[in-house]
Amino acid sequence: MMSFLSSSDFWFLVGTSLAKTIFLIFLVVLPMVSYTVYAERRVSAAMQDRSGPNRVGFPISLLGFKKDFSPFLGGLGQPVADAVKFLLKEDFVPGHVNKPYFWLAPCLAMIPSIVVLAAIPFGSTFLGVDMVVANLNVGILYIFAISSVGVYGIVLAGWSSNSKYPFLGGIRSTSQMISYELGLGFSAVPVLLIAGSTSLTKITQYQVDHGWLLLPFTAGMPGLREILLWIPVVIAFVTFTICMFAETNRLPFDLPESETELVAGYHTEYSSMKFALFFLGEYTAMIAGSSLIVVLFLGGWNFPFIPDGSAGWFWGLVNISVFFGKVAVLLFFFIWVRWTLPRFRYDQLMKLGWLYIFEIALVNVFLTAGILAFTK
Amino acid sequence: MAYVVPRPNLTWKEKMYLPSIVAGLMVTIKHLKNMLSGKTKVLMQYPEEKWDAHMPEHYRGAPTLVKDTKDRERCVACQLCEFICPPRAITIVPEEIPGDSKWAKVEKRPLKFDIDMIRCIYCGMCEEVCPEQAIFLRKDYAITGITRAEMVHDKKKLYELGGVFDGLVQKWNPLK
Amino acid sequence: MSPILFWVFALMMLVFGVAVVVNRNPVASALSLVVSFLGLAALFVSLDAFFIGVVQVLVYAGAVMVLFLFIIMLLDLKAEQRRKLNLAAWAGGGLVTLIFVAQLWAVLKRFPLGRQPFPALPPGPHDDVREVGMVLFSTHNLPFQVVGVLILVATIGVVILSKRELK
Repeated sequence: MMSFLSSSDFWFLVGTSLAKTIFLIFLVVLPMVSYTVYAERRVSAAMQDRSGPNRVGFPISLLGFKKDFSPFLGGLGQPVADAVKFLLKEDFVPGHVNKPYFWLAPCLAMIPSIVVLAAIPFGSTFLGVDMVVANLNVGILYIFAISSVGVYGIVLAGWSSNSKYPFLGGIRSTSQMISYELGLGFSAVPVLLIAGSTSLTKITQYQVDHGWLLLPFTAGMPGLREILLWIPVVIAFVTFTICMFAETNRLPFDLPESETELVAGYHTEYSSMKFALFFLGEYTAMIAGSSLIVVLFLGGWNFPFIPDGSAGWFWGLVNISVFFGKVAVLLFFFIWVRWTLPRFRYDQLMKLGWLYIFEIALVNVFLTAGILAFTK
Repeated sequence: MAYVVPRPNLTWKEKMYLPSIVAGLMVTIKHLKNMLSGKTKVLMQYPEEKWDAHMPEHYRGAPTLVKDTKDRERCVACQLCEFICPPRAITIVPEEIPGDSKWAKVEKRPLKFDIDMIRCIYCGMCEEVCPEQAIFLRKDYAITGITRAEMVHDKKKLYELGGVFDGLVQKWNPLK
Repeated sequence: MSPILFWVFALMMLVFGVAVVVNRNPVASALSLVVSFLGLAALFVSLDAFFIGVVQVLVYAGAVMVLFLFIIMLLDLKAEQRRKLNLAAWAGGGLVTLIFVAQLWAVLKRFPLGRQPFPALPPGPHDDVREVGMVLFSTHNLPFQVVGVLILVATIGVVILSKRELK
């Protein structure tokens, strides 16, 4: 034990893990979160024939440059301005709340969605280091477990706010999360059956070898087995994506915070940075969910005709960008759906989850198992 | 007579909802495409372009005090507007017109006339109640300030905004 | 895994386990139980039993306790917070605990295997999930099926009971 602690292997592991974590959280995910918020506003504006935030640039004239920097679309400084606004706003805590839990809830909403990212392989290798913070052999179960803990943030926020709308939001989110977790888990099972592993790295490797699950022709002409398996994979993809929408509280399933009925749902009583933490948590969860969809169905960091990181550090970087490119496409899809579909009614939500998604996912597992058994 | 709305019989395709969801997605993406290609004309870019030229005559903007063409203030400090004002935005301190003045028969004039523009709700009741047609809601709508004190319009500011308004008011009639 | 971490997580489990009982506020009790479960999961992970550890979080912390919390919040148990200390109940509970600990001590004292460290298990040929699945469906197939039927019966029972309430 002590020899391992003092060995260079240990410090290499600690160093690379720290470097990967810092890179992933501070250089990729948090900027991505703030620009997803920006993209949400711009895309929604464009879909409604408005122009959205298009003014805030980077005021580099304060630093002595000739002109402010406001590149092509305009408004790219908006996330920075938003962050500054959140930090400077008055942090108002109403008198009737349950203080310790009121403070705890935003943290609990933010932390799980970041911790989830640890198990996601966001690239092949870079300079010989695997691009995944924790290469768990139960990766997908870990992600489900941690994201199921994320509901506590919302529930506590609703309960500790001690007023009716947040409470209703918290209650709704509890039952919604529990209902859709089952569908989510069962939708992922076909993928696990096909790849024969719960390790996300191995699932990605399977897709590198056999073609992406959703687009089997990325690794050459698919055989009969791949074509037959494509049917359950498509069903699993649809149900998984729907459940992911529900898990991340996105429209059409954003009943915990439905503005028209519950003011702002569970974060009605929150302001300033505490509210921002809920907001960031939601978008981080969105990124984590999209990453999971990319890993499970869209081949992870793989792209046809692009070699993996063993071919040089440049290709390692390309793999990472390919991964986050795919995530960005999915994020756009999330936004696109949000500004198209109206919200479900609560009973419809429960009916969809329990009577359709759950059953379809369950039957799909047997279908996949049957196909796998017969085409062995 | 009660009218029962017949429920439509959905085909299995409609019951799946997926085709209509896809159709909806197509609608939004079409708007996005038109927007990006510049086909859709965007609304006015507010601070640069303004709607001011199209503003109707009856527009209710900021309340202002007006003078007549001979630079006389019309307000007689009757305080009706102060009492009618629903959010109590108006504060008037009246003053007696000295007896040796030509218009001593008017008796009162405002020493101070403050309208708190943070309180004002632009309802126009002050304009309606004013017997001397001294207070009018003009077309200024962008009333902003950095401090609360700055948002209180005093008499000077109100006359500056209001300007001159033509028309005879009975109190200036020397024969009456 | 470092023994320091074992002590940290074991202590966390015990402290929050006590907090479950001591806390007057039912929501605080439930949350303490969640933390206690997380400590237990960490202990499993420290034994390289990743699957069990993760499932512990997924099932207990993520699903069962959320349902508990849901019910507690709906019931709004104010009476529990106002309740006075019942000396007889405390004495009874303490006595039961004392007897239980004494019994444990008596049994463990005669169990020499418990006092020496077990040799590390060799890693299985496949990953955790597969190993667990193989054992469940081959060696322990019958108990596994029986448990399945048992849970099915319980589920059907709950459905029937809740239906009758509605009528």
